[in-house]
Amino acid sequence: MSANVLKVENVTMQFGGVVAVDNMNLEVNEGEIVALIGPNGAGKTTAFNVITGVYQPTNGAVWFQGEKIVENHPQGKMKKLYKGQNDGAYTHILAPTPDKITQLGMARTFQNIRLWKSQTVFDNVLIAKHCRTHTNFLSAALRLNRKEEAAQRAHVEELLKTVGLYDVKDELATSLPYGKQRRLEIARALATEPKLLLLDEPAAGMNPQETDELTAFIGEIRDKFKLTVFLIEHHMDLVMDISDRIYVLDFGKLIADGTPEEIQNNQRVIDAYLGVAEDA
Amino acid sequence: MQQILPYIINGISVGGQYALIAIGYTLVYGILRLINFAHGDVFMVAGLVMVYATTAMPIYAAIPLVLVVTVALGFVIERAAYKPLRTAPRMSVMISAIGVSYLIQNLAFYVTGGVPQPVTNPIPWISENVEILGASTKRVTLVTPALTIVLVIALVYLINHTKIGMAMRAAAKDFETAQLMGIKINAVISMTFVIGSFLAAVGAMLYFTNYPSVAITSGGMPGLKAFVAAVFGGIGSIPGAVVGAFIIGLCEELIKGVGYTTFSDAFTFALLIVVLCVKPTGLFGEKVTDKV
Amino acid sequence: MTTSKKKTVFLAAVLILVLAAAIAVDAALPSYHIVIKVIKKGTVYALVAVSMNLLNGFTGLFSLGQAGFMLLGAYAYGVLTIPVAKRISVYQYFDGGAIQFSLPEIFESFLGKTVGTTVGMLLALLVGGLLAALMAWLIGLPVLRLKSDYLAIATLGFAEILRAFFQWNALGPITNGSNLLKSYPDFEHATSYIILAGLMIAFIVLLINSTYGRAFKAIRDDEVAAEAMGINLAKHKRMAFIISSFFAGIGGGMLAMYNGTIAAAPFKSAMTYEILLIVVIGGIGSITGSILASYLYIFSAEWLLRGLDSGKFLFINAPAVFKNGFRMVVLSVIIMCIVLFFRKGLMGDKELPDLLGRRPKARKKEVAGK
Repeated sequence: MSANVLKVENVTMQFGGVVAVDNMNLEVNEGEIVALIGPNGAGKTTAFNVITGVYQPTNGAVWFQGEKIVENHPQGKMKKLYKGQNDGAYTHILAPTPDKITQLGMARTFQNIRLWKSQTVFDNVLIAKHCRTHTNFLSAALRLNRKEEAAQRAHVEELLKTVGLYDVKDELATSLPYGKQRRLEIARALATEPKLLLLDEPAAGMNPQETDELTAFIGEIRDKFKLTVFLIEHHMDLVMDISDRIYVLDFGKLIADGTPEEIQNNQRVIDAYLGVAEDA
Repeated sequence: MQQILPYIINGISVGGQYALIAIGYTLVYGILRLINFAHGDVFMVAGLVMVYATTAMPIYAAIPLVLVVTVALGFVIERAAYKPLRTAPRMSVMISAIGVSYLIQNLAFYVTGGVPQPVTNPIPWISENVEILGASTKRVTLVTPALTIVLVIALVYLINHTKIGMAMRAAAKDFETAQLMGIKINAVISMTFVIGSFLAAVGAMLYFTNYPSVAITSGGMPGLKAFVAAVFGGIGSIPGAVVGAFIIGLCEELIKGVGYTTFSDAFTFALLIVVLCVKPTGLFGEKVTDKV
Repeated sequence: MTTSKKKTVFLAAVLILVLAAAIAVDAALPSYHIVIKVIKKGTVYALVAVSMNLLNGFTGLFSLGQAGFMLLGAYAYGVLTIPVAKRISVYQYFDGGAIQFSLPEIFESFLGKTVGTTVGMLLALLVGGLLAALMAWLIGLPVLRLKSDYLAIATLGFAEILRAFFQWNALGPITNGSNLLKSYPDFEHATSYIILAGLMIAFIVLLINSTYGRAFKAIRDDEVAAEAMGINLAKHKRMAFIISSFFAGIGGGMLAMYNGTIAAAPFKSAMTYEILLIVVIGGIGSITGSILASYLYIFSAEWLLRGLDSGKFLFINAPAVFKNGFRMVVLSVIIMCIVLFFRKGLMGDKELPDLLGRRPKARKKEVAGK
């Protein structure tokens, strides 16, 4: 029985009058690759933002590796508590900042690439290791942490080799072509040593060949780094090829979930989003 | 009551003067998202020009001259120091504003030799003493709030019922889209600075009638306080700036009345800090959410 | 030799040269000579400019409170080092003042005159820095959450509030109210200034090149991404703020040393603007730039352009135009030109060793060209 890595429980996200995510319930189990699909504006990235702590949900809770990490309910006042007690539903408010959630083991990439423009490829990944540092600023400045830094640099090198960006490691991150920048973002997320990797449209802007490479790549890193992957995507070939399960979101509501075959044959999904394949 | 009445009257008057300056800040911030650090110095220059003009020519020529020169100054500053940086990051424009402020202060020091310029020929009629409710004060103290209200009403009318006003509102809402929709953004921005400088000139003439001299540093405090007023009221909101300015003017004078004159300045900054920490968008400000 | 080793050697060579030059100049000229004064003042401004660059340039926090922290450091230094015998006359309106000891004299008693005085002076500077750091910690809690424009005015406001406090006569027994503090010790040689500032700047450079420095830059470039990659924004912004203010405080103490007198009035927003403009001239994000620009600015303002204030400049005799204040006008115009047309400043975001080797940007053109 696979352990439950991520559980989203009755999450609603409301911005003023707009309900972006409506009572969402989903689960991602260990080692799975789960996809969240749906038309533009359905609320997928918003869901990601709630899960990673960028937004505090209007209602609901998020569990990570069996522990509640995010919680809010309409009657609750926002308190910046980090670890509440797990003694029942909706008794405490939990609103950690995204960095705390990353430290727990959840990492993400962004829909619009957010690399650090003034830094090299190598440094972009190295900076992501900062959250795993155990040195304070004095020791770091006085170079008393040489061992730890060397180990971190070695890890970064290994990651860059895995994603195939080692030869450009000293280039400025923004000088890379688009597809490589996306891979760099993934490498950067991997540097934080996550258990769960959230990918927001990793194949956006890629041609079919690049998409194929990415499909293989995601499978590889899932195996190599023992990850669980939760991704948002519009490229259906990638989604259908790689996912163990798929959730479908439309206007903030989940309208279907299941295996790729089930989703492809789900009438509601076809009407809302997928359409029917044209005869060749 | 009799004791604090003069302070209340003064407070309303000073508040009006701050309001006239504060509107300049809030208009510019609303459209350009720029804190025009040089605005306070424009106010000071208007005061200096008033001193020179009133000694050199009759009053009916002096007042228009002050208005024209100040408006021209505001216009030139925008064209020379802000327009070239319109596509630059926000910090660059703010640094430019600081640079302009620095330049104007140094220029003023050079021209005046660092000596405060005595107001030898105060504007007649408003600088005469009058009796109000048992307290003696200059007529300007009564004229200021009235004139401020009139000008603010005129401005609100301009913003809400004219074409250029609509253009300004559109630019304040969404700068880029306004440009794409064919609004002559340069004209709108220039208009904003013209209006702001005009009001600052009026405010300067009223303000310095109450003082014996205009010093280089004279622009600093009122300018900063007007700015706090704009933030307090909600930067980008004209009614907010006006309300904020009157509140600050009143509180300031009341603090002086209670005896803590040294702290009337510090009060304004303490208010600023409190506002920024509790409700940065101010009394009437808008909330903006960032999309991730 | 690898590129990074080459760069280190180059840097070391430059530093040794600078130090040697400073010692030579100290030996050759009396301490009141204008060149020594310029070097001292330039060094102090270099330290403060670098501390401001750490905050504004490297972490992207547009703070305008530098003058306030310098004020704290200046007063801490003066208050703690005025010789006890002089206190009666300095604090003449406050019965000699509340503090009746001086750190240099305390250390003199068991370490001897030269060593003791120096230790006392350094300790007083340190206290100034710590005081500034404490204030930064207090202010930082509410203020660092604000967006850039609001952060600028909040820090500006705090600096002004501090200044008002230091002019308040009720605090006179400590601060001497609106009167000057004077008669405190100074370092005679410019080399002392350079060594002191140099060590502190070296620390800042080491910090910037460490993992924390990289985290600061990440916050500047994209704080949403930084947060997503596990960097706690509040903690790191506060760290940058406190460290920057610490060094600004020490810089304030050194400025007090240089000036010989301390009053609260000069520490107004104009001082912060001056430092900011120096940072811009040097290049936001370049330590070398801040150092170079400081010396350039002080050198120009105090020496090169002094003719502009006294009637004669460069062979042009025009006392009507070249009177008091013209120098600052010319400087201000030059600064505006740099702000408008040379926004990257002298060094952009490059450092001295980068002038040696090729930086990634240069290779970018090759990659793009392929």
